[in-house]
Amino acid sequence: MTYSVPTAPGEQEAEVAADVEQHGWQLWEVFVRQKRGLAHVHAGSIHAPDAETALQNARDVYTRRVEGTSLWVVPSTEITASNPDDVDTMFEPFADKPYRHPTFYDIPEEVGHM
Amino acid sequence: MTTRLTRRPVSAFTLRHGDDNLILAQRLAEWISRAPELEEDIALANVALDHLGVSQLLLTYAAETGAAGETDDDLAFLRSEREFSNLLLVEQPNGDFAVTMARQLLFDAYQLGFWEGLSASKDEMLAAISAKALKESGYHFRHSAGWVIRLGDGTDESHTRMQAGLDSMWRFTEEMFAMDDLDRELAASGVGVDLAPLEDPWRNRVGSVIEEATLTVPSDPFQRIGGRSGEHTEHLGHLLTEMQWLQRTHPGLDW
Repeated sequence: MTYSVPTAPGEQEAEVAADVEQHGWQLWEVFVRQKRGLAHVHAGSIHAPDAETALQNARDVYTRRVEGTSLWVVPSTEITASNPDDVDTMFEPFADKPYRHPTFYDIPEEVGHM
Repeated sequence: MTTRLTRRPVSAFTLRHGDDNLILAQRLAEWISRAPELEEDIALANVALDHLGVSQLLLTYAAETGAAGETDDDLAFLRSEREFSNLLLVEQPNGDFAVTMARQLLFDAYQLGFWEGLSASKDEMLAAISAKALKESGYHFRHSAGWVIRLGDGTDESHTRMQAGLDSMWRFTEEMFAMDDLDRELAASGVGVDLAPLEDPWRNRVGSVIEEATLTVPSDPFQRIGGRSGEHTEHLGHLLTEMQWLQRTHPGLDW
């Protein structure tokens, strides 16, 4: 994460970002697809210096017990997340709209489990 | 226990390649808890376990084709230094991370060709083990090649260390393709592999990685061989002392 530090006139800007790059690897989010036809599901995160290594590290950490047939890795910084403080406005309004669930239909016996 | 000199050819041949994998697994396991990053720690442990798995298959088969009543554990834990027939390369100390990656690159590239050759063996067991090991080697090579390129084409410091790693391991490379009577006998009968034709593909494989890494292919005229006949560097004894300690101290201990 980069951020700027206020400086006094003539003062050198602190190199926070460079320091982070030198002493740590970037964080990547890992998505694993268990088998064909299923969607990739978030499994966790790993550290790696580049995309190829991220893929290898993800393979070693998250698929070593035959959990997957396909992997995605995404730089964590590329993910835009909803703010936990916005839960009320983001998700609460859906709570009283049960008619959006397809539970008001009678499903014919022949259809079986949907 | 049957000694190296009296062992049946198939058993002796299987044993030397089982030893390669066993000793390398033990070396790589020394990195556990010491790798530069947690993720790399797990990656190295995975590679070590791949080699350990292959060594168990090979030592079991070497025991089956060896003396009556012999087991894979006997072969792993009760032989002395002179009875081990692994390549000198795999017993070399880990050094820094670049030295380890140099050793892995040279060996992974060799195993790719070797397993491919042995998977066509007339011996069904050796062919099956090789087919399994070949897939694992493909991944090992991808891992070590990636690191050699990254470190070679990295900072001045990592470049210098990576070159030093390759230079220090190069003297053990010719041994991989040196054939003795046992190799020739088994290659002729279709059980083993003719090693000489594997050298050029190996040079190409390793050479293109070294080139991409902006490093120089070493040319060390001083080449050491002797591992296949039990003449090891001083490092193997120390490794065996640690690896065999439990079984030597508590004979027959099991869990």
